[in-house]
Amino acid sequence: MEGLSRHYGPVVALDRLDLTLQPGELVALLGPSGCGKTTTLRLLAGLEDADTGYISVGGKDITRLSAAKRDMGMVFQAYSLFPHMTVRQNVAFGLRLRRVSAAQRDKRAIEMLDLVGLATQADRYPHQISGGQQQRVALARALAIEPQVLLLDEPLSALDAKVRAQLRDQIRRIQLEVGITTLFVTHDQEEALAIADRVGVMREGRLEQLAPPTEVYSRPATAFVAEFVGLSNRLTGEVRGGEVTVRGCTLPLVERDVPDGQVVALVRPEAVTLASHTAPEPGPLVGTVIAVTFLGATSRVTVDLGDTTVLAQLSTSDASALPAGSRVTLTIRPDPVLVSASSEPAAAADEEA
Amino acid sequence: MAVATTTKTGARPSRSGRRPSVPAWVGTVPFFAYVAVFLLLPTGIVVVDALKNPNGSWAFSNISELGNPLVRGYFIGSLKLCLLSSVSGAVFGAILAYAVASGNPDGVVRRLYISASGVLAQFGGVTLAFAFLVLIGPVGLLFHASWYYDFPWGIGLIYTYFQIPLMVLVFLPAIDGLKVQWREASENLGSSAWQYWRYVGGPLLAPAFLGATLLLFANALSAFATIQAWENQIAYIVPQQISTALSSEVGLSNVNVADLLALGMVILVAIVMTGYALLQRRAARWLR
Amino acid sequence: MAAVTSLGETPIAPPARRPRGMQARRRRRLNAFRYVVFTVFGLFFILPLLAMARFSLEGATLGSWSLSGWRQIASYQNTGIPPLLSAIEITLELAVITCVVTLVLLVPTMIWIRLRVQWLARTVEFLCLLPLTIPAIVLVVGLGPIYNRIQHYSLSALMLFWVYVILALPYAYRALAAGLSAIDVTTLAEAARSLGASWFSVIVRVIAPNMWQAILNALLLTAALVLGEFTIAYLLLYTNLQEELYAISRNTPNASVVFSTSTAALLFAFALLLILSYVGRRRRGRG
Repeated sequence: MEGLSRHYGPVVALDRLDLTLQPGELVALLGPSGCGKTTTLRLLAGLEDADTGYISVGGKDITRLSAAKRDMGMVFQAYSLFPHMTVRQNVAFGLRLRRVSAAQRDKRAIEMLDLVGLATQADRYPHQISGGQQQRVALARALAIEPQVLLLDEPLSALDAKVRAQLRDQIRRIQLEVGITTLFVTHDQEEALAIADRVGVMREGRLEQLAPPTEVYSRPATAFVAEFVGLSNRLTGEVRGGEVTVRGCTLPLVERDVPDGQVVALVRPEAVTLASHTAPEPGPLVGTVIAVTFLGATSRVTVDLGDTTVLAQLSTSDASALPAGSRVTLTIRPDPVLVSASSEPAAAADEEA
Repeated sequence: MAVATTTKTGARPSRSGRRPSVPAWVGTVPFFAYVAVFLLLPTGIVVVDALKNPNGSWAFSNISELGNPLVRGYFIGSLKLCLLSSVSGAVFGAILAYAVASGNPDGVVRRLYISASGVLAQFGGVTLAFAFLVLIGPVGLLFHASWYYDFPWGIGLIYTYFQIPLMVLVFLPAIDGLKVQWREASENLGSSAWQYWRYVGGPLLAPAFLGATLLLFANALSAFATIQAWENQIAYIVPQQISTALSSEVGLSNVNVADLLALGMVILVAIVMTGYALLQRRAARWLR
Repeated sequence: MAAVTSLGETPIAPPARRPRGMQARRRRRLNAFRYVVFTVFGLFFILPLLAMARFSLEGATLGSWSLSGWRQIASYQNTGIPPLLSAIEITLELAVITCVVTLVLLVPTMIWIRLRVQWLARTVEFLCLLPLTIPAIVLVVGLGPIYNRIQHYSLSALMLFWVYVILALPYAYRALAAGLSAIDVTTLAEAARSLGASWFSVIVRVIAPNMWQAILNALLLTAALVLGEFTIAYLLLYTNLQEELYAISRNTPNASVVFSTSTAALLFAFALLLILSYVGRRRRGRG
């Protein structure tokens, strides 16, 4: 799709968006609420009209096609299934509309339910199965009609954390197995990074970066992406001759051509190394540990440098040696960093808790 | 802040643990007493008297009197009128409810129509009959409807006037309960608007619609004032016959007729309301 | 603004243009439908009311105009019928008494049940909704003997309030139940109790004020019901507003005072409910 714009009165939801999906790939659209990712999806589905631009699938222009005639399967965030039909009937619904014979319908429905692992629940009603199971049925229903594109609108947002992780992997597995081109919208960066072939980070109706997950994470194209995807420390520094000096550490830059001057450097917590201040090789920076947040295998340590705080990420065993109150020295690993010239507003990293 | 130790609503411990415990349900006694005397007792009297002879002895065979052609005639009259007004009220009310539901949820129009429905649903009775009288009666301002005094058409129209708002009030929540995702999912899977209503929207709304129709039916069944003001010389429906029986001077025997008819009404309404309750439960499961 | 893009295969290059949205078209069709519906139904509902208002301004001869109908509200009197004003008075007093008694009966009971006697909740709900199933006319048949025995001819029509409360139960109950479910009754009560309040204070000073919209709603519904009640008054041979209007019209068909009174009552009720819908919008009220 290209050149897509959508206004709601004075509010611009999409601003000349261009996006191409390769066959068989899963693209995740990631961004804070209101960034336009859902609008993009719905435009693709035909549930909303674009003000400008057009959309084509497989070389065919479908911009003026009604939603019913576009060959897409969609999974919604909630209330996907029809409550008055059984699971089987739900999955077979699209086929029924296409006048497939009852026997064929049934066969295909069971096939799809097998794919998502719910063939045993075929005769239950939606209110009798769990949220995660409902979404799997919704997936089966969308795939039953063999669409060209699969659209997923934050399908996991309404589920518990544990179910979310399981289902996410399952969706990816099925998507690869079927080989269907997929657009997956989410505000959860972990989800996007985990399952996508490419991640599109959006903000205020524009695509900030569209690249494989590793690239989005380690080589963010803009400050917004850097701050939205993963955590970043904002530290003042000075650029000279293609490098930036932050608190005594010299770091290479992601972009070669940043003019000299004062900047704010975005440093990943993993790039910050801590050591007790009594250790043999003290780093250039000194600070005090304020808090340690236990995250499982790793822990995040908040260190006070006097004029600012810095987040560092360490393995939990290392972090346990540095409880709150200990004096530590810090080193910043020389990974390329992104800098921004002025204080750009920090990305709203979560609209959800 | 003065703390009272007794209340108007009956004895209950004012400070727990200070007195020997009085069971909490004692506090509901006033309510139950009131309801018992003014609701259950009269109903009981009606039922009991309906099954008794004028001289006071039991006569369960009185029930068969309900099959008496004269009595049957009134019930049929009631049924005709109720059927007409409830079906037309339901159909038109559903259309109106859909129009209201598909608009701005906070808009002026919606609020206006809901308030209006609240008022007009109660606006039966004497005044409504008068309003229609001057609109399409013999000296009608709009025109004179020759069928105005025909039963059940003239009175049916008047009944419909308050049935439609009631339908809007009762059915609107059901339409609101139709999640937009169902429409979108249906379309996404390839349905046309007609197919959506046929396979998804329609079936989902059906229990609520039927339930609401039953409610309208019960509502019409109990109505009395409107038809009395419309035409009080001839009795068409059961309530009017009850009224005649009550005000007749003939004495005790007629009291039993009134009781019998009342009993018949109660049974009928109870059946209808049970149907309504069952359908409501189904509708609530899907649409909430 | 744009050339080509595709999902999947070799792109072609149609010119960019402004798509006429399908959704927009559908929305337009829907709006047309809505306007038609609102107009037709609006007319259907307004016309009788307009006719009523017009007749309230009717003069001595057909087609003339006069305010006498309205002026007569205060002064109408005819042989064999009590004065209109007294009927209005009685009905208003009845409304007030019924409202008060209904509230006093229902509010503490419902709160109490919610707090301490939940197992009775369904019973109370059933009893409150029962009057919908037992029509007023049936109640009259059953009440007749009771009232007869008390020789009600000597009692004022105000005695009707006992029955009116029962009639109001379903509507008041639903309004109050909606209000109760919107607030966290148990927490409020526990907080108040822990600060030393008696149960009376809890109910009157803590919970009830928090459901004032629901209480107001219940009050208005009850009042509207009393203002419109005819059946019981008529059959028990009392005079209230509706019965009076009925009697006047039997006596003097098309008396304009009947219409003026009705119009006034209707406008009054409508205004009240409209206000209520704005007031109750602060929390999510029932539709």
